[in-house]
This record gives sequence, structure tokens and C-alpha cells, in this order.
Amino acid sequence: MAEQPQAIKPIIKIDGLSSKKRIRDLPWWFIAIVLIAVYVFYIINTNQDYNDTFNFIKIGLAVTVKTTLISFGIAILFGLLAGLGRISKSLVLNNLSRLYVELIRGIPILVLIFFIALVGVPSLVDSMNNLGFWLSDRGLEFLGKIFTAITNQDISMNARAISALSFTYGAYLAEIFRAGIQSIVKGQMEAARSLGMSYGQSMRYVILPQAIRNVLPALGNDFVAMVKDSSLVSVLAVRDITQVSRLYAGTTFRFREAYIILAVMYLTMTVILSLGVQLLERRLRIHD
Amino acid sequence: MTDQKPIIVVKDLYKYFGEIKAVDGVSMDIEKGKVVVVIGPSGSGKSTLLRCINHLEEPTSGEIWIDGEKLTHAAKQINEIRAEIGMVFQLFNLFPHLSVLENVTLAQKVIRGRSKEEAKYIAMEKLTRVGIPEKADAFPANLSGGQQQRVAIARALAMDPKIMLFDEPTSALDPEMIKEVLDVMLDLALEGMTMVCVSHEMGFVRSAADEVVFMDFGKVVEHTTPDGLFNNPQNDRTKLFLSQILEH
Repeated sequence: MAEQPQAIKPIIKIDGLSSKKRIRDLPWWFIAIVLIAVYVFYIINTNQDYNDTFNFIKIGLAVTVKTTLISFGIAILFGLLAGLGRISKSLVLNNLSRLYVELIRGIPILVLIFFIALVGVPSLVDSMNNLGFWLSDRGLEFLGKIFTAITNQDISMNARAISALSFTYGAYLAEIFRAGIQSIVKGQMEAARSLGMSYGQSMRYVILPQAIRNVLPALGNDFVAMVKDSSLVSVLAVRDITQVSRLYAGTTFRFREAYIILAVMYLTMTVILSLGVQLLERRLRIHD
Repeated sequence: MTDQKPIIVVKDLYKYFGEIKAVDGVSMDIEKGKVVVVIGPSGSGKSTLLRCINHLEEPTSGEIWIDGEKLTHAAKQINEIRAEIGMVFQLFNLFPHLSVLENVTLAQKVIRGRSKEEAKYIAMEKLTRVGIPEKADAFPANLSGGQQQRVAIARALAMDPKIMLFDEPTSALDPEMIKEVLDVMLDLALEGMTMVCVSHEMGFVRSAADEVVFMDFGKVVEHTTPDGLFNNPQNDRTKLFLSQILEH
């Protein structure tokens, strides 16, 4: 009974009512964010201190963008593989993927970044070196030398940051891909198999194109989240905008300027990207 | 002699889903060019039997031979044999992200290795045959149920199958669309396609079937001709079932 007035509403077309409704429907939160951003950029253009700060911080923008893009690209690969593993009938693949996902999800990202960059990568280098010695002992000195020559210094903190972010996000994306694949009805796989396609071919041509389309908005949201989480790589002294801001504030004591600008830079990026995701969502819905 | 050899042999087939005996010891031979309609109450195992023939369900035990070749559990062999067996589903199962034409050309390109032009040529030929060449560029969501099912038949035919399996192809259709699908099936039957159909369309049984199999509780109760079914049913369960579906 309570729903009845709602059903009637569209029929009544009184100008006063509709304009009130229009005002209520405006995305005020968005207007507020735009105003904040515009105001901060106005200050940057008029205030010398802010201007200097901005010019210093924007040097880190390329690292932030590059780290996010590369990490997300690799994370999609990890996520797709682990997502396929999660639905695999193979006991080994299934459990390995599950282990990966649960392990990563149970540890804070900050801890994972420290761990992968400062424990994981050095251990990997050690085992590469050991493999090199082992190969050299067996007379394969040419191959052995390649592996023993690798040192910790060869692997930059930027590369470690990217490995850590992509390995971590791969686990989150795996769950998205798994859900996407499982959302496709069983009949699709059966129809593909009945035409003679193998499991892999059915996945590639029939299931995944539909599944990925379904999860595009979710992937977009995780991309936005990664833009923000990329700030964590500053703990490895990777010079992204967060790290550059810290350095600048630390030496000039312009904390207020540095962190206001830093916050607005992230805000600008994430709001624009979120709008993109919403647009994508709407477009996909129209095509359905 | 070779014509006399059955193209489908089912031998002591059992399929259990846990405690449920979906197919409980079925044996039958189907000769080339024959149209066999499987009828029976729901849950009698007719769909499961059909799905075992192309291994969409893996039999619990028993043998299936297709065109002289025994089905094993080897994935490669199963894939190859499935390409020779077209299947039409109750819910059509067209690929919604592909156009009608792409639905019909996909497996041709991937499995048969046909070029884009060749696959398209064959696809248009099959779409013409089922009567909807003008829908080639449409997407499945924009077609009626009957049209979708005809595309599904064209998709299966494009692989040049030796056998066609129909799993209740008209059960999900509005009454006015049943005829257009049955007409296509009848056409196929007249051309000598080997067909195994799970269907309750008695009109189709009368006009197209060579043999009728009545199943109940996973067993074949009666394997007869349409004439034998309608005029001289042997088993009480068959009689009861027929009286129920022919009543109205």
C-alpha cells in the first residue's frame, strides 16, 4: 500500500513539484567536490607558495600513473589466471588459486608491500643465485652465470612496488573474474561444448567475452581503488606524488600546502575515473 | 551392409546422480537416417539419455558407440565426435554477445577451420534453410523464441553433423511459434538426417518419427513405431501416459 503514491507521481506534472524534485536529484556531492577542486586549483594559480608546492609535487604524477597502469595490467593477468583456477575442476589448480586469494586477502596491503619488496624479492634473488651455482656445478656455466649475476640492486624499488601491487590486486580481481564467469548460465558452456569446442575454446570465445563484459564496472571500481592504493608504494621511497609530497613537506615545512594539493590531486583523478565507470555501466545497461 | 550398421549404439547405459537413477540400464540401436522420438513423463531420464549420447553427461557405466567408434573419456575424441553431433536445447542457448551470423560461423571457424568467407557462405545457406536469412545481423535478444530456436538449428547444421539431437526444442516456445520450429525439423527428417528428439509433439511423432521410445523411471518401457504407439500400445504405463497427453 505504501508504494502507491510513488506509482502515481510520474503522472502528476506540476511544475513546482518537478523543479523541486530536479533540485533534489542534482548530484550535490559532485558539485561540492568540483567546487573544492576548482577552489584549490585557483589558489595554486594565485598563491606563490601553493604554486611552488604544486610544481614540485606534479613531478611524481608520472610515477603514480605508470605504477597504477602497469600494476593493474599485470593484476588483470594474475586475476584472470587465478579466477580460472578457482573454478577449475583440477584439485591442484583450484586449491593453489584459493590459497593465493585467501593468503593475500588476509594480510593488509601495506604489510604485503613491505613483505614482497623487502623479503619476497630478495628471497627470489637468492634462489636464482642458488640455481645459478647449481647449474654451474653441473657444467652449464654459461646459463649459471646469468642467474648468479642477478643482485638485489638490479631490481629497482619501482619494480618491486609494481610486483607487490599487481600480486596483491591479482587476488582481488580473481574473485571478480570468478564471479563473472559463474554468472554465465550453464547452457552457454554446454552449447559451446556440444559444437565440439574444447573447454579452453569455449571459455575464450563464449564464456569470457560475456563474463568480462559483466564485470567491467567492478574492474573499473578496483582500478579507482588502485589509484589510491598506489600511494602505499611511497613507503618503498618510490617517488610517486605521495612520496614527493612527503619529501617536500619535510624539507620546507609546508605541510598544509603539500597535503591539500596531494589530496585534491587524488580526488580529481578518482572522481573523473568514477564518472567514467558510471558512464560505462549505463552504456552496458542500455545494450542489455 | 554398411548402411545396416547402426549409427548410434547405446549399450547397458546407466547414469546416476547420487542416489537418483536417471538412466537405469538402457540399450538401443539407431540406424542411419532414422528419426527417433523419445517420450515419457518428466524425470523419466529422456533428456539425460540424450545428453549422454554426446557426453554432456558422463555415463556412470555402459557404452556408447557413434558411427562405429566407441566413446571414451578422452577429451580430444569427445570433442571430435561432438562436432559430428548437432544439439538443439530447450532454451536455445544462443551466444548473446554474438550476432546471429557469428553464432552460426563461430564453431565453423574454430573447429572446422573454415575461412571467414566460407563460414559465412555456409551460415547464410543454413539460415536460409531455416527461413531467417534476413536476421543474420540481428542479435539473439532481438529475436522471438521461435526465431532463436531456428538459429540454434542453423548453428548446429553449419557443422555438417551426421546426427542431430533435439532436447525438448519446442517446450519453451509460445504456441504460435512451435509450428515454425517443427516445420524445420520435419524438413530435416524428410532429407534423411538421423535425429533423436525428446519431444511431446505428437503431431511431429505422427508425421516424422520412424521409431518412438517410451521411457519411465530411467528405463525404456516401449520401443515401437508411431503406429504401434498410437494404435497398439503394449504397456499399461504407456497407455496411461498417452491418455494423459492426448486427452486435451
